[in-house]
Amino acid sequence: MNPSGERPILEARGLTRRFGGLVAVNDFSFSVHEGAIHGLIGPNGAGKTTTFNVISGFYAPTAGQVLFRGLDVSGRKTSALAAMGLVRTFQGSTLFQEFSVLDNVRVGRHLGARAGFVSRLIGTDRLSEREADAKALETLAFFGLQELAGEPVSNLPHGHQRMLGMAVALAAEPRVLLLDEPFTGMNPEETRRMMALVRRIRDRGVTIMLVEHDMQAVMNLCDIITVMNFGALLVEGAPETVRNDPAVIEAYLGSIDGAGHAS
Amino acid sequence: MPTAGPAGSIRRAVWRLRLVFLFAILAALPYLLSYSQQEIAVLLVINVLLVCSYRLLTLTGEWSLGHVVIMGVGAYASALLAKQFGVPVPLSMLLGGCMAAAIAALLSFPLFRMKGFYFLIGSFAAGEIIRLIWKRFTDPFGGPKGLKRIDPFPNIETGFLSIDFYEPVNYYFLSLVIVSASLFVLYRVERSRIGLTFHAIHWQDRLAESVGVDTFRYRTLAFVIASFFAGIAGGLYAHYVGAVNPTRFSVDQMVYVLVWAVVGGTTTLHGPILGVVVLTVINEIVLRALGLDTARPLIYGAILILSVLYLPNGLESLGPRLRARWRLWRSGPAAGGGELA
Ligand SMILES: Nc1ncnc2c1ncn2[C@@H]1O[C@H](COP(=O)(O)OP(=O)(O)O)[C@@H](O)[C@H]1O
Ligand SMILES: [Mg+2]
Repeated sequence: MNPSGERPILEARGLTRRFGGLVAVNDFSFSVHEGAIHGLIGPNGAGKTTTFNVISGFYAPTAGQVLFRGLDVSGRKTSALAAMGLVRTFQGSTLFQEFSVLDNVRVGRHLGARAGFVSRLIGTDRLSEREADAKALETLAFFGLQELAGEPVSNLPHGHQRMLGMAVALAAEPRVLLLDEPFTGMNPEETRRMMALVRRIRDRGVTIMLVEHDMQAVMNLCDIITVMNFGALLVEGAPETVRNDPAVIEAYLGSIDGAGHAS
Repeated sequence: MPTAGPAGSIRRAVWRLRLVFLFAILAALPYLLSYSQQEIAVLLVINVLLVCSYRLLTLTGEWSLGHVVIMGVGAYASALLAKQFGVPVPLSMLLGGCMAAAIAALLSFPLFRMKGFYFLIGSFAAGEIIRLIWKRFTDPFGGPKGLKRIDPFPNIETGFLSIDFYEPVNYYFLSLVIVSASLFVLYRVERSRIGLTFHAIHWQDRLAESVGVDTFRYRTLAFVIASFFAGIAGGLYAHYVGAVNPTRFSVDQMVYVLVWAVVGGTTTLHGPILGVVVLTVINEIVLRALGLDTARPLIYGAILILSVLYLPNGLESLGPRLRARWRLWRSGPAAGGGELA
């Protein structure tokens, strides 16, 4: 899997997560290497979102470990992981709906805009805040959203909201970005633009792991794909290998609503 | 975003003018009131701080039922520090605020494991435990009878100036200064990135957490700041009335704070102020005049229901709505009525 032999930036070892009797993620292991676009696919209910939730600290693993930048970070708080450079986006348009577009990204600059309590009160945080605003606008410009900076989020069409979700995450300056279904609900044109943006984010030095149902997008975009089924690893490899693997085809055909995605 | 340019500076000037005007009215007010109305005005000013500090906590989306008890923590602490340790009163009030903040910091560990309804119930339970402690331990809290003969705010006696804070007018001005300063701090907190973060936690705590906001820390921060100012309000109350007891900080009183906040609205800083002022005026002038004092809980309940039904965004939404209606009326009926929602 790793021709250069260097240590992976993100790694899961025997990751398990139970909900009562249900084993959502079962002894699952994978490695993500720096600079990769790494796909995580699988039929509905395979445990992809749960895997993201465990990696990003929303749930503690029932067993197993998550290693980030060589450190065991299992069970650490989400905010602490974000401070280390591991940031995730959400399925659907999870945004601060009542905020303006710019304020959404300003919250994303939380870690970059540090100031003490008193300095906030007396306004001596002005310099760092101005810097944060500039960075936020720059991030919006990267997604072509700068003209909408003052708009309330609720006025944005769905595709723009998805991009804004990514802008909020990118504003936190992650080293690894976890994208949960970034293309869902987008039209083909929006998907194409989004794919180009994901590549550009990677070219800026951000490692990307993404969950996605749009197979064409996944096959085009990813350097390596991990397929999971029933919470466990099914197959891992380059897009061509995975596409033609009989076990993968069977898993998708066998699942009730996954059949349409496999074509 | 701060508005730059001439439009922004005009708006700022208008705001300053309004504030000067407001303070002029507030300065003239006690001289238009009777002695007993002056006493009510003092309590009203204290209640403004109580409800505004409560609003800061609600910015993070959590509604507590313990805020009045936290005010009581400030009141008891300041009273005891003055009575038993001879701490000078203005300093004891500050320490009372700190005590309330410290208790809030401790309580946040169990309480912020819960959210929404569970937090509400948890905060109620925590408040009742504190009240039980006051009732149970006669030494030093005085038991169910509470503390009496609490040291008053010291008079100012210099050669040419002499202010007796036993006079409601003078205590009114003292409270006005302390409460205005406190409101200014609360305003600054909300306008800063801290306020943005509070709102962010309210609307999407998971997203906030995922970009590095330690939501537990920020919820605690909101609770601690809100409690500090509730404690200050408690200190102001204790050294004015001269007595505190556990019943004064019971959940009945908390219901009034909730009604003020809901009727006024919590979107803006002036919403809860409108709520407490309007309801106090109704209560003290209208109800008293009609001899309906004893029906207060009933009438408050009715007002709450009516406001939730007909003014769901609170009194604070009345101004903008009336202004919109006025503009519509001026531009003539031809402009259509689709704008009023
Ligand atoms: N918080 C939860 N409580 C109970 N069961 C859950 C929870 N989250 C996910 N699950 C279950 O875990 C399984 C995997 O879900 P999920 O990770 O969302 O799958 P995917 O994202 O691959 O579609 C599903 O059976 C789902 O019902
Ligand atoms: Mg999912």
